[in-house]
Amino acid sequence: MKQNKQAFNGVLATILSILIGLFVGALLTLITGLCSPNIGLSGALDGIRLIFLGLLSTGRNAMGALSFGFNPASIGNMLFRATPLILTGLSVALAYKTGLFNIGAAGQYLAGTCATLFVALEIPSSVVPPAVIWVLAFAAGILAGALWGALPGMLKAFLNINEVLACIMTNWIAANLVTWIFDLSNLKNVTEGTKTGYIYKTTFNNVATPKLGLDKIFPGSQVNGGILIAIVIAVLVYLMMSKTTFGYELKACGSNRFAAKYAGIKDKRSIVLSMALAGALSGAAASLYYLSGNTEFFWSTYQSLPAAGFNGIAVALLASCHPIAVVFTGLFMSTLNIIGLQITNLTAYNEYITDVIIAVIVYLSAFSLLFRNLLAKAGKKRETADANAEPARKEVA
Amino acid sequence: MAENPEFVIEMLHITKEFPGIKANDDITLQLRRGEIHALLGENGAGKSTLMSVLFGLYQPERGEIRKDGKVVKIHDPNDATRLHIGMVHQHFQLVDVFTVLDNIILGAEDTRMGFLEKRRARKKIEELSERYGLHVDLDALVEDISVGMQQRVEILKMLYRDNEILIFDEPTAVLTQQEIDELMKIMKGLTHEGKSILFISHKLNEIMEISDRVSVLRKGKYIGTVNTAETTKEELSRMMVGRPVQLVVDKTEAAPGAPILEISGLTVPSKLHKNDAVKNVSFTVRAGEIVCIAGIDGNGQTEFVHALTGLEKASAGKIVLNGKDITHDSIRRRAQAGMSHIPEDRHKHGLVLDFTLEQNMVLQRYYEPAFQSGGFIKFDEVRRYSEELIGKFDVRSGQGAVTVVRSMSGGNQQKAIVARELDRNMPLVVAVQPTRGLDVGAIEYIHKQLVAQRDAGKAVLLVSLELEEVLSLSDRILVMYDGEIVGEVDPKKTTPEELGLYMAGAKRQENKEDGE
Repeated sequence: MKQNKQAFNGVLATILSILIGLFVGALLTLITGLCSPNIGLSGALDGIRLIFLGLLSTGRNAMGALSFGFNPASIGNMLFRATPLILTGLSVALAYKTGLFNIGAAGQYLAGTCATLFVALEIPSSVVPPAVIWVLAFAAGILAGALWGALPGMLKAFLNINEVLACIMTNWIAANLVTWIFDLSNLKNVTEGTKTGYIYKTTFNNVATPKLGLDKIFPGSQVNGGILIAIVIAVLVYLMMSKTTFGYELKACGSNRFAAKYAGIKDKRSIVLSMALAGALSGAAASLYYLSGNTEFFWSTYQSLPAAGFNGIAVALLASCHPIAVVFTGLFMSTLNIIGLQITNLTAYNEYITDVIIAVIVYLSAFSLLFRNLLAKAGKKRETADANAEPARKEVA
Repeated sequence: MAENPEFVIEMLHITKEFPGIKANDDITLQLRRGEIHALLGENGAGKSTLMSVLFGLYQPERGEIRKDGKVVKIHDPNDATRLHIGMVHQHFQLVDVFTVLDNIILGAEDTRMGFLEKRRARKKIEELSERYGLHVDLDALVEDISVGMQQRVEILKMLYRDNEILIFDEPTAVLTQQEIDELMKIMKGLTHEGKSILFISHKLNEIMEISDRVSVLRKGKYIGTVNTAETTKEELSRMMVGRPVQLVVDKTEAAPGAPILEISGLTVPSKLHKNDAVKNVSFTVRAGEIVCIAGIDGNGQTEFVHALTGLEKASAGKIVLNGKDITHDSIRRRAQAGMSHIPEDRHKHGLVLDFTLEQNMVLQRYYEPAFQSGGFIKFDEVRRYSEELIGKFDVRSGQGAVTVVRSMSGGNQQKAIVARELDRNMPLVVAVQPTRGLDVGAIEYIHKQLVAQRDAGKAVLLVSLELEEVLSLSDRILVMYDGEIVGEVDPKKTTPEELGLYMAGAKRQENKEDGE
C-alpha cells in the first residue's frame, strides 16, 4: 500500500516536472514572439500550440493555419528516435540502481557504433546472409559497449577510482580512438559526394534492421523493429533487476559493498558486471541507431561526444531510474525532439526552444525528490514516523 | 506560576505524537543547576524525541519548556543555541578535513571586517581546555585524531558557545574504557564549574557512577525520577524495561563436545602498519561451549575475525571447521561450511540499510533453492520466512517485513542480524560485540539466545570488549593482546583485575601456541 503510494507520488512528481517544463517553454515562446516583430502574437500562439501538440501536427492547411491530426510520419520518427534514448536511459538507470553513476554512456555508445559499423560493413553480404551480418553487428555493438563500460568498472572495483572520473576519460578516449580507427578504414563514404566526413550507411552492404511491419502503420517514417527490441530489453532489465537473485546481488553491492561482501557476494565482480551491462545497453543503443540503414555516422568525432549518451542521463533521471518508466520518458524525450523539428519547419522559431524545455525538465527532475516530499505532505497531513519512534507492532502480529 | 530558579531547564508535560504512536506522552523532565541528570530508556523509549523537542527540531503538541523558570518557545536549533543549550550528538558533527580549531569555531566565527579572527578564538579555546582539562591539538585535522579526542572537540564546541546546559547523547557508545573514565572526569569537572548536564544513556554502570538523578522513560511514557544514591541497577532496569531483568546471565555448566573450530598458527598482516595484526594464533572451540576472545579494542580481534570469516586473507595458518579445511575458501563457502557470523559493525557489514527488512533477512540465504528457482527470487517465500523470523525473534519495526532497515532502531537492527544468523542453524556461531550499543532488555535477549545456541550443541566464539559480558557469558576466556593470545582463563576462577592485567599486556602465560 505504502509503496504503491510512493510510486504514485513518484510518477506525479515526474509529470509535474514535465508540465512545468512545457509551461516555461510556452512562456519563453510567448515572450520571444512578442518581442520579435516578425513573429508577433499569432506566431507565438502557433509556437505554443506546437509545443503541446507538435506530435500531432500535420502542417498548415490551405488557409495557412496550423492543422492537427494523426501524423504517422511524426509518430514513426518519434519511435525511431526514442530507440537509442531508451537504451542509453536504461544504461544510466541500471548503473544508478547498482550505486554507480554511468556518465560514460557516450563513450560506450561510440564503442558500439564503431564495432557495429565495422561488422556490418566489412563482412560482404554477397558471402554471408545480411540477416546473419545484422545479428553479428548487433552483438558486436553490445560487446564493444560492454567492454568500454567494464573499463571504468574495473578501475572502480580493483583500484577504487571514482567511476565518474574514469567514465569522462574513457568517453574522450573513445572519441579519439573511433576517429582514428575510421580515419584508417576504407569505410568513409566517397561514392555519395554531396556530404563529406560520413561513414557508409549499413544499407550499402544490404544490412538494415527489419521494419517488422511498423512502416505499414507509420508510413513515411524511419521507424523500424528497433523500438520493439528496445522495449523488450527494458522489460528484461526490469525483470533482471527486481526479480532475480542476480539483480539482488548487484543492488546489494551497490547499496552497501561491505555488507554484500560479508554475505559472500563477489563485490568486485558485481561492480564490473554492473558497468559492463550498462555499457552493453549503450552499445546496443548505438547498434540499433546505425543498423537502421538510414542513418550516417560522422566519423571525425574527436571533438564531440554523441548527445544520445548524455540524454540518457536525463531520460533515466526523469524516470527515477525505473526501467519500465525509462521507456516512457525515452518516448517523451524523442517527442520533444519531433516537436522541435515541427516548430522549425512551421514557424519562425528554431528547434532550440525544445532544448530549453528539456533543460528545464531535467533541472526540475533533479528536484523530483522535493516534489515527492511536497506531494507526500500534501496528500496526507500525517507525516512519517520518526526514525527512533517505534510504532506498535500492528502489522507484525 | 511561581518562578522556580532551582531548575535551569524544565520540560513540563511534553506530548509529541507521530502517526500511530505517542513518542512522548506527558513527559516531565527537570534539570537542576549543576547536576548530572541521566535520561534512561530503551531504544525507542522517546529519549531522542524529547531531546529533539528541547532542541527545537520538533514542536510538541502539548506541554511547555521553561528556562530559569520562564516559559520559552524553541522553534529551531538557533533558539536552543541562544538559550545556551548545547548537545554532543551520538554521531559527531565534525568536518573531517578541517582542523580542530576550525571545527570549534565553525558557525560561531569571530570576524573583523569579514576576516576571521582566529587568534582570539584560539586564545579562548586554549583557556577553556586548560580550565576543564580538555586536551586537544588545535591544529590537527579531525580525521587524524582519535574518537575520544573528537568528542572533546565536540565538548569544546559547546563551551566555546558559552552553553550552560550540555546534552550528551550516548557519549560512551564509541569510546574505549580509558576514554570513558576520562569523559566521566571531564563531566564532573563541568558541573563543578556550574554547567548542567543531561546525560542520555542506557548503560546502567555509567549512570550509577556519574549521575546525580535519573529520569526513566519507557515506551514514550514518563516512569519516574529517582536519586541515583538511593537506587540500584536492578531497580533502574526494572523501571526501564517494565519487568525484572536478569543482569547476570543464567546458564548451566558447559558440556563441551567434539571440536568444531580448530585454528592453528593463524597470522594476519595489518593494513595499518608493517607488523602482523594477528600473530600465530591457535585455539580450538568445541561444540557446546562459549569461548570468548577478550581484549582492548585494536589488539587484532577485528583482523582475526575477518581472517576467520574470509573478509581478509591470512598470511599463514590453518582453519579447520567441522573437520574441513576452510583456510582458502571464499566467504560464501565458509558460511556454507557451517559458520554464522554476527559482525562487529552492523551498519557496515551486517545490513544493507536501504534494503527492506525482508531483503536483509535473506542476505545470507537468497541463493538457496528455498528462496529462488532458476535465478528468480521467490518473493512469497522470502516474505513468509521473514515474517516467521520477525515473530520468532521479536524484531520490531514500523511496517513489518517491508520496513526499510535504516529507519529501525539499533536494537532491532541487531535483533534482525541475530535472527538471520542464528536461524541458519550452523555449528559455529561467531558473534563479535553482539550487544554493542544495545539496552539491557536487548542485551539480556541476545545473551539468552547465545546461551541457547550453546545448549543446543553449537560452538560459540564470542569477541567482546565488555569485561562484564566476557565474564558472565563465556565458558572459557582467551585474552588477546597485540595480536597474540596471551592467556586462557576460566571465568569462574579469574577476577576483572587479573583479566585487566592480561589485556594490558602486563601478564602472560607462556607456551600458549603449543595448544591446549
